[in-house]
Amino acid sequence: MGKKILTVDDSASMRQMVAFTLKGAGYDVVEAVDGKDALAKITGADIGMIITDLNMPNMDGIELIRNVRALPGLKFIPIVLLTTESQDSKKKEGKEAGATGWIVKPFKPEQLVSVVKKVFV
Amino acid sequence: MDAHKETFREEAYELLAELERSLLELEDNPDDMEQVGRVFRAMHTIKGSGAMFGFEDIASFTHNVETVFDQVRSGKIPVTRELVNLTLSARDHIKDLLDASATGNTVDKANASHIISSLNRLLTGVDEADASAEMQDIQLPSKTQATYRVQFKPHPELFMNGTNPLLLLNELRDLGECTVTAHTENIPVLEDLNPEALYIFWDVVLTTDKGMNAIKDVFIFVEDDADIIIDVLMEEDLYGGMDQPQPRLGEILVQHGAISDQALAKALSSQMRIGEILIKEKVTTRTAVAAALSEQSQIKKRIEQRSESTQTSSVRVPAEKLDQLVDLVGELVTVQARLSQKAAKQGDPDLVAIAEDVESLTGGLRDNAMSIRMLQIGTTFASFKRLVRDLSNELGKNIELTTAGGETELDKTVIDQLKDPLVHIIRNAVDHGIETPKERREAGKEEAGTIHLSAEHSGAHVLVRIKDDGKGLDPVVIRRKAVEKGIIPSDAELDENGIQNLLFAPGFSTAEKITDVSGRGVGMDVVKRSIESLRGSIDLSSVKGDGTTITLKLPLTLAIIDGLLVQIGEGYFVLPLSSVEECVELTGEQHKSRKNGNILNIRGDIVPYVRLRDEYDIQENTPDLEHVVIMETYGKRVGFVVDRVIGGHQTVIKNMGSTFKDARDISGATILGDGTVALIIDVNKIVDLR
Repeated sequence: MGKKILTVDDSASMRQMVAFTLKGAGYDVVEAVDGKDALAKITGADIGMIITDLNMPNMDGIELIRNVRALPGLKFIPIVLLTTESQDSKKKEGKEAGATGWIVKPFKPEQLVSVVKKVFV
Repeated sequence: MDAHKETFREEAYELLAELERSLLELEDNPDDMEQVGRVFRAMHTIKGSGAMFGFEDIASFTHNVETVFDQVRSGKIPVTRELVNLTLSARDHIKDLLDASATGNTVDKANASHIISSLNRLLTGVDEADASAEMQDIQLPSKTQATYRVQFKPHPELFMNGTNPLLLLNELRDLGECTVTAHTENIPVLEDLNPEALYIFWDVVLTTDKGMNAIKDVFIFVEDDADIIIDVLMEEDLYGGMDQPQPRLGEILVQHGAISDQALAKALSSQMRIGEILIKEKVTTRTAVAAALSEQSQIKKRIEQRSESTQTSSVRVPAEKLDQLVDLVGELVTVQARLSQKAAKQGDPDLVAIAEDVESLTGGLRDNAMSIRMLQIGTTFASFKRLVRDLSNELGKNIELTTAGGETELDKTVIDQLKDPLVHIIRNAVDHGIETPKERREAGKEEAGTIHLSAEHSGAHVLVRIKDDGKGLDPVVIRRKAVEKGIIPSDAELDENGIQNLLFAPGFSTAEKITDVSGRGVGMDVVKRSIESLRGSIDLSSVKGDGTTITLKLPLTLAIIDGLLVQIGEGYFVLPLSSVEECVELTGEQHKSRKNGNILNIRGDIVPYVRLRDEYDIQENTPDLEHVVIMETYGKRVGFVVDRVIGGHQTVIKNMGSTFKDARDISGATILGDGTVALIIDVNKIVDLR
């Protein structure tokens, strides 16, 4: 498994920030704009971890997690949910869908890296 | 971080534009839940990203709107005109905040609180939304160092959500000095083993100054998936001493629940080492004792030594500068051209191969650098929807703006500089072009007027058209006005095209009275000049009663010019290829035998020509046969006489700098493959200057 992370967010500035931070920490980053895009990009791409936003057009974060967990070979991939909705219900829903963890926006770059280190190499 | 801020700002402007589109859409179709979702998401992203990148004022203001739209989304608040208007003003306020963040200006706070209170009024009667923005507590490291025992017993299905427990143990190790003991006694025999289940659990002894919360944070994602017990074994003040006695193995085992007080007491009465006795007595397992022993040894070590706390640091990287990149690529293209020329001259096949590789790479790099600067014109188009809506409301007109070709890409600089002229043209169309509903009815037209904005590629150019179905231009009125203003003499002979071109003359305004909408002072002449400064051209056609179409012809990019390289005497010049129509020859005979000024007859067409030799006073080596490059300027054909036409030359434009600002007919310079400088001629200016 490579050190490649897929970041899924409909906000370009968030993707840029996530990509910039993680590239700085030595990871490869692939970007996707929503759940559908993410599913299209994940197959065969040797992705080691997914960071996804919750609220997105086309396919939201929760649905993406459910879909990814059903894919062969991705049953155990770490998936972190990126969300501003820090209510427990959303975290719980995410966990039940199979999320490994979550990050509450706003966060600092070093917080992102520490969460990635927590669930990924 | 500043680069992120800039991206956020750009993104926010886009989102605001999208927001506006959705809101206007919503006004027409209040039940369109997809648009409601879009509005919510736009607000949500502005809030979330805003808070990330230090735009707290925007985040907290947007939060109010998001809250309302969350309720709209769940059907608790209906979409009304009031809501749309309010949200539009909220959108404008967010834009003001964004503008202010760039300029440092202050914004109208009263307006903001007015909007918020109006939004909150919509919320009353609805369940109180959780309005407190949750922020994560940041735990300050405690000054005191302590040793903890962490018992981490994950549930067997821990792997199912992608958790890797080893990473959590590593994280604990990062917190401080750490001893980990794995308990493997629950692993079943192979045939009963489920490879996807987790049977191991861990005892960890950790000495850290980060505090209990830091340890809890390690397990934050697995709180519900594991049994986690954290106990303080020993506390020490970093600046003071420690007073706890060294714990004994038996006591630790009792605390772990591995043995009972009685078993300990019994074992203590024996003379053997206590661990050995307990294992022999089968009151506990070897792993349990090992865990306890390691705990003991660590505490012992802690008492003997102190460790320093470590600090992580972050590095900031300066943002790349796109313009600088394009500049550098330009330089590279020049150097590459020199290399190719040198390689061709030397004829060394290896060098030629390298030069060809460099050429293709440079080409790719150049296209790439340029494409980074390309933007879709659609966002600019969309911003006019609001303009047309507001203006037509103000004037009591009913106007719809339709767009096409929004995906057409143009250089960012061109788009930026195009906006003002477009605003002006659209304002004119709304104000002077489209009639009032009453006038339209009387003219037998539909009450609602249409302004159609379109963009399309045309070779190296993009054509932007602004077409309205209004009353069109009245040549009689234009002529009368022009005579009144002394722009043309009263007996001037002008064809229809000539009359329409009067609109671009400085100081011309046809409006019966000057309105707020299209303003005064800035006329179409300014629009024309700004389009021409973009190396573009403007064309107008109008049919009285049917409407007006204005066509802007713009270059794809300002940084590169497709030129025709020509030679005059010893000097090289570049003519913009996009305006070149054809090249013809001019013999010395023809030139000398001319009667009425410099005029050529090309297949029956009379074309005036400019001899650049005369223009630049180049005397030496006049060839017998000169060449005339026929170019289109202001819709007319004009010839430019040169010694020799060398060929097409795609080149990066270098500015001449202020020293040469008086050389108005030279728009820039470029460096040729052998290092020679070629001047880029602005043919329109030459015609102007004559």
